[in-house]
Amino acid sequence: MADKRMTESQVVAELRSGMTIGIGGWGSRRKPMSLVRAILRSDLTDLTVISFGGPDVGLLLAAGKIRRLVYGFVSLDSIALEPHFRAAREAGTLAVSEYDEGMLQLGLYAAACRLPFLPTRAGLGSDVMRVNPELRTVGSPYEDGEEFVAMPALRLDAALVHLNRADAGGNGQVLGIDPYFDDLFCMAADRAYLSCERIVPTEELTATAPVQTIRVQRWMVSGVVEAPGGAHFTSCDPDYGRDEQFQREYARAAADPTAWAEFTERYLAVEEPAYRAAVGVVGG
Amino acid sequence: MSAPTRAEVCVVACAEVWRGDGEILASPFGVIPAIGARLARATFEPDLLLSDGEAQLVQGVWAIGDKPPVIEGWIPYRMMFDLIFTGHRHVMMGPSQVDRYGNANISAIGPFERPTRQLLGVRGAPGNTVHHPTSYWVGRHLPRAFVESVDMVSGIGYDRAAAASPSARRFHDIRRVVSNLGVFDFATPDRRMRLASVHPGVTVEQVISATGFELVVAGDVPQTRLPTPRELELIRTVIDPQDLRSREVPQS
Repeated sequence: MADKRMTESQVVAELRSGMTIGIGGWGSRRKPMSLVRAILRSDLTDLTVISFGGPDVGLLLAAGKIRRLVYGFVSLDSIALEPHFRAAREAGTLAVSEYDEGMLQLGLYAAACRLPFLPTRAGLGSDVMRVNPELRTVGSPYEDGEEFVAMPALRLDAALVHLNRADAGGNGQVLGIDPYFDDLFCMAADRAYLSCERIVPTEELTATAPVQTIRVQRWMVSGVVEAPGGAHFTSCDPDYGRDEQFQREYARAAADPTAWAEFTERYLAVEEPAYRAAVGVVGG
Repeated sequence: MSAPTRAEVCVVACAEVWRGDGEILASPFGVIPAIGARLARATFEPDLLLSDGEAQLVQGVWAIGDKPPVIEGWIPYRMMFDLIFTGHRHVMMGPSQVDRYGNANISAIGPFERPTRQLLGVRGAPGNTVHHPTSYWVGRHLPRAFVESVDMVSGIGYDRAAAASPSARRFHDIRRVVSNLGVFDFATPDRRMRLASVHPGVTVEQVISATGFELVVAGDVPQTRLPTPRELELIRTVIDPQDLRSREVPQS
């Protein structure tokens, strides 16, 4: 089994400006935040980001990293509206592809299956078709004669996900209740990078948890990063819940340029160990 | 027991949308729809499935904010879409705008290219409305919520379904809209929204003036039914003992 361990900086060094990047997790839950923070500190720009969006999207927008955003929603869960997303949309400066969430799932699945599209009813008759004029419909070749949205594959240059545990080869374990779409993101990507709370010997993965928790298999993964607290301030159950207090601080700061500059300097301009120190010890 | 409040009438009106649904997932968004779904299962619709709002299907009757007593299934987001595609669900969403044909907007207010107010995004609304029954809850019935036409059609209404392909119509079924003033359905020849009942203490004129489009008002409009004593007891002592319902619909 190849040893795929690397650091956040090494992951970012493999990414390029202009890439299409899928980000796992959901809303403000189990987001690969240490990888996102590493992108914030890099020269990467012009990214197309596909996400069941949360503060990953907000932070990348605030740093001007995103050229196009592909999403079904962006939310902080306990705070309904993501402040940076809202600001970017209301400024009219962001190129977007807003899809139904089921369409997003099928687009990722089509990419994973190496198909150009998958048919679905989702989107028919809605303004998703109006605001995404490139979407096409497709007729059933069978007797039913039905017509469906041909949801295009959402092929990713890279996927970033954060899981609870993994081994050095990239077998990734979800100990929380919801795997979200992380394995789908990995399978839809040319290269998938998995960060995790702890890298453990393979045999430890099933020592206390059932094998079904190993949602990501090493053939899906190009790199593994050990990132204790790597999802902070989003939740990473059962290792830790969402840091609600910090999330409120984030949302407050986002509403005010001066406060945001201070927030950036204190939490985002620093390397990961300094970040962990600044927010207090989490995870690990 | 004191007389039912407006919020309690709304709870029962929401519960009623799931009557006759049988063994499907009831997905309420909002406090009053959530109380309503639990009430429906605790009384007249015992086979309904409910989730804990996270990734579990749960049995029993439990209070808003508490942990449900019995777990009966696993439904992570990934499986939710499988379930939606099968049609075994009736969602009650809370749109910011709804129009006379039941088009609903949860995405953005104003022009999509540069919204005056960005909301969540279309979420699963386009797919929900073409796959399984959908109802809507609007806690504040105002002209800016009941609009001539919605800014971003997220959930599709009857005119959109008719204009799109038969595939959009096959499973399309907008059942009801419940607001703090009344109950509305689409039981009209051209599928325009009809005032089905007014809540006690509300006049038809009040509803008409709070609505930004022409409602179908046919004959004598009945009153929304009152909660039974058993329903009131369940709402007040079991499902919502903290009275969160009154925050969503205050007693005027």
